[in-house]
Amino acid sequence: MNNNKIGDVILKVDNISLSFGGVKALTDISFDVREHEVRAIIGPNGAGKSSMLNCINGVYTPQQGNITFKGQTFSHMNSRQVAEMGVARTFQNLALFKGMSVLDNIMSGRNLHIKSNLFAQALRFGSWSSAEKEEIRNREFVETIIDFLEIQPYRKTPVGQLSYGLQKRVDLGRALAMQPQVLLLDEPMAGMNIEEKQDMCRFILDVTDQFGTTVVLIEHDMGVVMDISDRVVVLDYGKKIGDGTPAEVRANQDVINAYLGTGH
Amino acid sequence: MRLPLLVNLMSAPNTFPALLLNHAAQRANAPATREKYLGIWQTWSWSEVATQVRYMACGLASLGFKPHNSLAIIGDNRPRLYWSFNVAQSLRGVPVPLYQDAVSAEMAFVMDNAEIEFAVVEDQEQVDKLLEMREQLPRLKHIIYDNDRGMRHYTQAGVISIDALIELGKAYDKAHSSFFTNSVATVLPTDPSVMLYTSGTTGKPKGVVQTHAAMIGAATGGVAFDKLTSADQVLSYLPMAWVGDNLFSQSQWLVAGFTINCPESAATVTTDLREIGPTYYFAPPRVFENLLTTVNIRMEDAGWVKRKLFAHYMAVARRCGAEILSNKSVGLADRIQYSLGNLLIYGPLKNVLGLSRVRVAYTAGAAIGPDLFRFYRSIGVNLKQLYGQTETCAYVCLQPDGDVKLDTVGIAAPGMEIKIADNGEVLVRGASVLKEYYKRPDATAEVINAEGYFMTGDAGVIDADGHLKIIDRAKDVGKMAGGAMFAPNYIENKLKFFPYVKEAVVFGDGKNEVTAFINIDIEAVGNWAERRGLPYAGYVDLAGKKETYDIIAECIESVNADLAKEAGMADTQIAKFLVLHKELDPDDDELTRTRKVRRGFVAEKYAVLIDALYSGKTHQFIETMVKFEDGRTGKVSADLQIRECSTSVKRVAKAA
Repeated sequence: MNNNKIGDVILKVDNISLSFGGVKALTDISFDVREHEVRAIIGPNGAGKSSMLNCINGVYTPQQGNITFKGQTFSHMNSRQVAEMGVARTFQNLALFKGMSVLDNIMSGRNLHIKSNLFAQALRFGSWSSAEKEEIRNREFVETIIDFLEIQPYRKTPVGQLSYGLQKRVDLGRALAMQPQVLLLDEPMAGMNIEEKQDMCRFILDVTDQFGTTVVLIEHDMGVVMDISDRVVVLDYGKKIGDGTPAEVRANQDVINAYLGTGH
Repeated sequence: MRLPLLVNLMSAPNTFPALLLNHAAQRANAPATREKYLGIWQTWSWSEVATQVRYMACGLASLGFKPHNSLAIIGDNRPRLYWSFNVAQSLRGVPVPLYQDAVSAEMAFVMDNAEIEFAVVEDQEQVDKLLEMREQLPRLKHIIYDNDRGMRHYTQAGVISIDALIELGKAYDKAHSSFFTNSVATVLPTDPSVMLYTSGTTGKPKGVVQTHAAMIGAATGGVAFDKLTSADQVLSYLPMAWVGDNLFSQSQWLVAGFTINCPESAATVTTDLREIGPTYYFAPPRVFENLLTTVNIRMEDAGWVKRKLFAHYMAVARRCGAEILSNKSVGLADRIQYSLGNLLIYGPLKNVLGLSRVRVAYTAGAAIGPDLFRFYRSIGVNLKQLYGQTETCAYVCLQPDGDVKLDTVGIAAPGMEIKIADNGEVLVRGASVLKEYYKRPDATAEVINAEGYFMTGDAGVIDADGHLKIIDRAKDVGKMAGGAMFAPNYIENKLKFFPYVKEAVVFGDGKNEVTAFINIDIEAVGNWAERRGLPYAGYVDLAGKKETYDIIAECIESVNADLAKEAGMADTQIAKFLVLHKELDPDDDELTRTRKVRRGFVAEKYAVLIDALYSGKTHQFIETMVKFEDGRTGKVSADLQIRECSTSVKRVAKAA
């Protein structure tokens, strides 16, 4: 825990291509993610960033290419397998349970860590009381996340009543509850004001620092990307046009063209 | 009853660290401190607290903390920060709590003035602030933090965690096993026990040095006066740098031995209040005001039946509630009505506010509106006022149970002597008057007169029963051009009782009429606007609406009617007002950290508005710089209307 220096490659995508009918969403994309780093994927609208994340976490199955996670190579996976292997994500359009409390939403992220069956959870006596102990253990973990994200005042508040910035934080909390090794964040700062963005940046950096999580994020705010990421992949029209440290990417002529909108 | 207590006190330990060790020895397992952490209230017993203090003190000593050194304490109300007071005291040092939301310049001044070498702070935010200041503060060598969140990569010299400090302390304690006990034994009652910086309504902050004897004297008097016991529960949520919190959460905690409870965060105070159900509660008037505003807003949104019930029983409470609380004679019919109301309204209301178990509640720090005060007493909350300042350990006058007058601050506290000077200023003498202002003999000489009285700077009168009534700050009290006495705070407090008015500043000294700046309460006015479908774009827009001016005008006219009835106040009715386009804010230096208006500063900053008020204009354009929380600045501008309001009552009264 104390030495979260950037380590070996934990996740690698090789020659991924994805198309929907005639539309080529991704063409021959390869890049890698190293342990404990913050890896950003950027690109103009429609560049294929979210599709890339969807391939990684098994929502889409790419027609071509494979994904290597912790030494194991897969050509297709379903999202449950991915989650069990330690990859969590947040969504661009929040996918929280609006009517449930903050606490319950984050608890739902512990689903994979709860082993007792439905009956044991409903009837807590005798040999089934281990379900209660299990819940207490998991609740304790969830409380550390609530403390970490500083959302104690909203524990019992239905998520639907919270501001957008706070909902984003709860979404992050639920993903963290899975104790993922790799965390995929789809535009974690979209629609936030400056103060909320600053908070979110701090949380992302603290996540890698405190939980040792590796972060892959999609973000439009260039200032944020350049400040917090260790390496950046740039996509445009489904192709990779740049890859490297923020400084390298910033100097890349293709990237400049894509962002300034030079004719293709 | 009295005698055993006195005997007990005479043999009692007479310094704070000795008191702590005494509790640890006699009531080892009784709860001393609680904190809500990870959603659960964690408890430390007296013996656990004493052990922590011992290790922290040994750790600090091993880093070179010497007797008479000062220890800065900066952060929210966290158990280990509270214990740090006792840590410094057991080493015969002086704890210096600072307001954690103070801007760097203010903090640097105090740190430099108090010659701080050691600081205990809450978290990364405070560490960063101090590291930034390090160049200006060459003395500052050790920064010790409580919360290690985000602190992993800090390698700067002298930055360590409290956990690391405790480890150092354990090792030191092993090597010098009698060090701590000996160190505590050297502490004298006449040693300074705490240095509190005054909020500085005028000029630079001054460090008020209080001794163990003074603080213990004030605490003991208060504990006996209100019969506080070790079973009491206190919620510690007010800034630790404020004398009130120091008296309640430190001095009385150690004298009475009750339990202090630290909330989870500043934002959860209302929930935590409900969970703890304190028996002894302390809040500045602002908190009580906010609570009442929330209640009123929610009642306005409630259904018809609830609204009617509330209105009916509040009328009953107004009629006889305060009298019942003070055990005065009340007719049978009213008593029956009141107990019914207690069942239906007051009881549940107190429960929601977290005040069900409150035996004694105090308010201080600013004058409280009589209507607001009456409200809480009438629903059965034993709310009382106390009067005092940092220089007197917040302890000059207290209201005794059963003899609470709404417009006075009570009688002289045990051991204190009060007197009114010829110019109306309140003078105080007694055990808890300050030792001195740190390194400021000139300022000390200015406030303590030849007979040893402390000059409070407040204007007041003592009535026939010995109750003190505070009218205003002595320096704020002025004269109208027509010769009438002008007491701005007095008028402002009347205005601030209205839920729509958050802050008010009135002017009139040397003028022929009184005018006012009003700050609307965005929550109350916003809710009001929403209910009548009035669209608005934000604070500035809402503040400038004609409808907003209308409701504020109604408030002012009702205050005017009040003033017209009072002797000598009829000429200070408000003739004109405007609604400010921004909230007065401590970050913009318009309020002090304890949120009192800096009258002179506001008058200077908004001079153009005051001119407009007195030159008969109907509107005035203004652009103002504002500071955001992260230190950046911006501008807000607005064209403010000026509204006249009716003062006809006064003229009728005069003519009659």
